[in-house]
Amino acid sequence: MPEIKELVKQLADKHGRNRESLLPILQGIITEEQSISDVAMSEVAEELNMSAALVYGTATFYSFLDTEPRGTYVIRICKTITCDMKGKKQMIQTIEDLLKIKVGETTKDNKFTLLETNCLGWCHKGPAMLINSTPYDSLDVNKITEIIMEYIRK
Amino acid sequence: MKNLKRVDIIFGAYTQEKYKVLGETLKKSSDQIISEVTDSGLKGRGGAGFPTGLKWKYTANEADPIKYVVCNADEGEPGTFKDREILTRVPRKVFSGMAICAKAIGAKKGYLYLRGEYVYMLPDLMAELELFHKCVKENNLDFEIKISMGSGAYICGEESALFESIEGKRGEPRNKPPYPTVSGLFGKPTVINNVETFVNTLMIMRLGADEFKTLGTSDSRGSKLFSVSGDTPVAGIFELELGMSLEDFVEDFGDGDTKAVQVGGASGFCVPRKKFKDTIIGFEGVPTGGSMMLFNSSRSMYNVLKNYVEFFEEESCGQCTPCRVGCQQLKLGIEAVKKGEKSATYLDTLQKLADTMKVSAKCGLGQSVANSFSSIVDNFKEEMIY
Repeated sequence: MPEIKELVKQLADKHGRNRESLLPILQGIITEEQSISDVAMSEVAEELNMSAALVYGTATFYSFLDTEPRGTYVIRICKTITCDMKGKKQMIQTIEDLLKIKVGETTKDNKFTLLETNCLGWCHKGPAMLINSTPYDSLDVNKITEIIMEYIRK
Repeated sequence: MKNLKRVDIIFGAYTQEKYKVLGETLKKSSDQIISEVTDSGLKGRGGAGFPTGLKWKYTANEADPIKYVVCNADEGEPGTFKDREILTRVPRKVFSGMAICAKAIGAKKGYLYLRGEYVYMLPDLMAELELFHKCVKENNLDFEIKISMGSGAYICGEESALFESIEGKRGEPRNKPPYPTVSGLFGKPTVINNVETFVNTLMIMRLGADEFKTLGTSDSRGSKLFSVSGDTPVAGIFELELGMSLEDFVEDFGDGDTKAVQVGGASGFCVPRKKFKDTIIGFEGVPTGGSMMLFNSSRSMYNVLKNYVEFFEEESCGQCTPCRVGCQQLKLGIEAVKKGEKSATYLDTLQKLADTMKVSAKCGLGQSVANSFSSIVDNFKEEMIY
């Protein structure tokens, strides 16, 4: 995949080619691709002159560095107790109905992935979620439907 | 609020002239800064409460020419959101605190480790950082801050795991000692403090140690930001004096039906209603990084505990056996008791397991699982069984 090779090279030019550069490069791949494929990990290993196992070991440690294929928009619903108390289950149900997927799944058109995550830091305004890097708080059924519909239209 | 006095130091009193207090402070000597911070009695605001002045002094005393200042903005404790608010509203104060520390210990480079969940703040932080770098230059301080991003790992809030992560590795905690003051980031002497702690050091420089000490108690000096959530009509961030009683807190923040307060997040302690009166919030009582989650009588404490142990099971780095296996077994154990597959006495066995984790786990994560586990099981045993 020439595009991945090019992306990894660009990221390495920006962040450097030492061990300290590894996380920023992997994060850069996530920003562009939403997940890090085996091919991408091999490219990073080659570009940084380190073993692929080392890249794999680092990437798989971090929950936001997905190595499974993900949709264009990754939805992460906060499942920590305060968001749970404020209606997290209803939020998940709403998204599952809208997108016809369960938690952990990706839509057939590869547009959305639905996941749960730990505390997002919006406990006073729960329930909360992230879509890629954008946080949304104070959700209710209407609000979350509106937000998801907006992404569907994108 | 009837009982507690709100304080407005951390977010308030922004001087018109940008970086004025920092400029004045940088004229002081390293010794002057360290003794002022030490005199104030300031203890770390991340939750552990190590005396900040001492940490700075130890690091300043190291002979190594390369040292680092690290700001821990990996705020991941369930129920905590104060650092996000600080970095959103007063990032200048955080950077200033880091520069004061740099001057005190003789560091030329600093890192702010920001959790991945807060990456949306990056553009604003970078803009402020540009102003900041201009200012330190004008004040003849050779100091530069780099922002490092996390990627969704709670364990990276543990200081040595955070260093590993900045270094581009898996965020697995290191053995201690050596402590960061001797061998921290890249093996160099390092001061690592919480976001709020750095802001506090700037406040001490502005107000003076004596004025700072007028707030709080002898064990817990100053004020503290509290992240209030759960069953409360007034969820949000509140700056309050340390050393308050939990009863006063609940009277001001509860919904009239508060059954328990989880102080300090999932790794903190659960205090039931009957103990509100005798519980002091501070280092002499129940310490907290700021997380205060209120639960009213409609809530199942079993669900609360299950949520916490699932959290720990997921966030355990897996490096040491007590934590990796312990968290799994605690979760399976309470589920089995609840389903009736195990008898109620099995809870005692689980308590022993939690106690074992406390003494044998490698880092603060595994060691603190027992805090919430034992305090919830002890106080709400019936809810665990029926």
